Amino acid sequence: MRLHAARLYRTVAAGTFRRYSTYRAATIAGVFTNTVFGFIMAYTYLALWNVRPHLGGYTASDALTYVFIGQSLFAVVAVFGGGATDDMIGRIRSGDISVDLYRPVDLQTWWLATDLGRAAFQFLARGIPPTVVGALAFHLSLPSDPLVWLAFLLSAFLGLLVSFSVRYLVALSGFWLIDTSGTQAAAGILGMFFSGQLLPLNIFPGALKQIAMLLPWAGMQQLPIDVLLRTTASLGGLGGVLALQVTWAAVLLALGRLVTATAVRKVVFQGG
Amino acid sequence: MAFIELEGVEKTFTVRRKRGRFTRTKDEVRAVEGLTFGVERGEMVGYIGPNGAGKSTTVKMLTGILTPSAGRLRVAGVDPQKERVRLAQRIGVVFGQRTTLWWDLPLRDSFTLVRRIYRIPQDRFEENLGRCVDQLELGPLLDTPVRQLSLGQRMRGDITAALLHDPEVLYLDEPTIGLDILSKATVRRFLAEVNARGTTVLLTTHDLQDIEQLCRRVMVIDHGRVVYDGGLEGLQGSDGAERTLVVDLAGPSPAIDVDGARVVRREGDGERQWLAFPAGRSAAPLVAAVAERYPLVDLSVREPDIEDVIARLYRGVPAQAT
Repeated sequence: MRLHAARLYRTVAAGTFRRYSTYRAATIAGVFTNTVFGFIMAYTYLALWNVRPHLGGYTASDALTYVFIGQSLFAVVAVFGGGATDDMIGRIRSGDISVDLYRPVDLQTWWLATDLGRAAFQFLARGIPPTVVGALAFHLSLPSDPLVWLAFLLSAFLGLLVSFSVRYLVALSGFWLIDTSGTQAAAGILGMFFSGQLLPLNIFPGALKQIAMLLPWAGMQQLPIDVLLRTTASLGGLGGVLALQVTWAAVLLALGRLVTATAVRKVVFQGG
Repeated sequence: MAFIELEGVEKTFTVRRKRGRFTRTKDEVRAVEGLTFGVERGEMVGYIGPNGAGKSTTVKMLTGILTPSAGRLRVAGVDPQKERVRLAQRIGVVFGQRTTLWWDLPLRDSFTLVRRIYRIPQDRFEENLGRCVDQLELGPLLDTPVRQLSLGQRMRGDITAALLHDPEVLYLDEPTIGLDILSKATVRRFLAEVNARGTTVLLTTHDLQDIEQLCRRVMVIDHGRVVYDGGLEGLQGSDGAERTLVVDLAGPSPAIDVDGARVVRREGDGERQWLAFPAGRSAAPLVAAVAERYPLVDLSVREPDIEDVIARLYRGVPAQAT
């Protein structure tokens, strides 16, 4: 039973991986954009760190690392949307989602598998190049200890789970709203700011920083990069970061299940 | 007990309508009311009716993704609402206008996915896929991405995907919509074969050729009620349907006056006339009567058009051939 289910969702993930690999032009354009954007942000950050060295506890080299790892995570974690959940939004709007309900599959696990397959492809295709190019052009503070990299990948994976959970909830809002562009925009802005995509969260003043660090979005970019830079002391070290991410992932995935059940019930009782 | 059984099934939707700038009213819309019918195992039934008659609502209730407001509903002895996921293993669904195939990947990948979803044993999967590929002529298309398939090819792919797990019952909603004549013929031939192998089929369509070629039994639904249930011939003869005798005369003539028929149309100053007579009656005595008194040159008999019959049935008007 469980073995069968595992095989099914592995097939879904593998299929989605291959599907994304067919979008070659989009992938190349994405790599180009993230790399160029990395350079633009790198020079902006350099200007800032020249005036305020050790801002937020980062050296200039840390700040540049933050920029390029951030660009590498951009497509993989998909903070702004653009993940497989966008397809889900399309299927809800067109009503195709009702065909999905005819099948003996779990809606949330199905889309999670889809998103993981997508992220796996984008990790290889769009995750690695920006950091490699950034490391060639600048001196980045990349660790030499493979265990730190491993911890970073684990933290990034948890960030992906949290990001998926949030995007999945946004997609589910389509069952009630039909047009999700409002929720998508709101989620995008929140994500951009509170993930640390715009500026690292640790340069924010006092309470704002403290709160932002504890919100789910921090786990999508800020926390994994802090794990890589080994600047997690204020969060109780690596264990504290991972515990926070696991908690958010569990809470938001559970919430997603709850809302799924309500959405399906709504469709089942009231029609699409 | 019938394989598919509906008893007094009703479905009411609540629709919110905008009235003023800020006020809204709730209206109740009855999609289906007092629906009662049974379908035996192995039957192939045409389920037809105008848009908005309640066809899709019925299919959604039968698959368990809609709950009836009232009444009782069983498929294979199971309540679809209570055991939707378990029942899904035993049913196949094709919505002509929707697809379950993986858009950007080769057709073959979608079938592999179906094998995983329904846990189909490898040998059975290969046997079923082989048969579908063979009969639906999908062989050369298996490695083509779905987005490059034509509508007819995609539809054949979707039909295959719905049948790989040997469903006991197949719901088809417009499986030939938008297809060319050749594709339609292929799909129909295949569906007849599927039914002959014992699968119960409920076919919803607007294409009456589908019904004529595939279904011995037809149910017409309108305003959420079954208004006709029986053979296709019965439908043609029902509700005072009429056949038409078209006669060509040697020259202009006044309206033909014979017993048991009436002129419904004249052309060319009466050189060609259309006589309507009850569908149940033989044309021979009528032809003899006309030939005896009028200079008959040529004639033809037209059966009531099924489409017309149904259109009239929908409107509650007796059918008449034209």
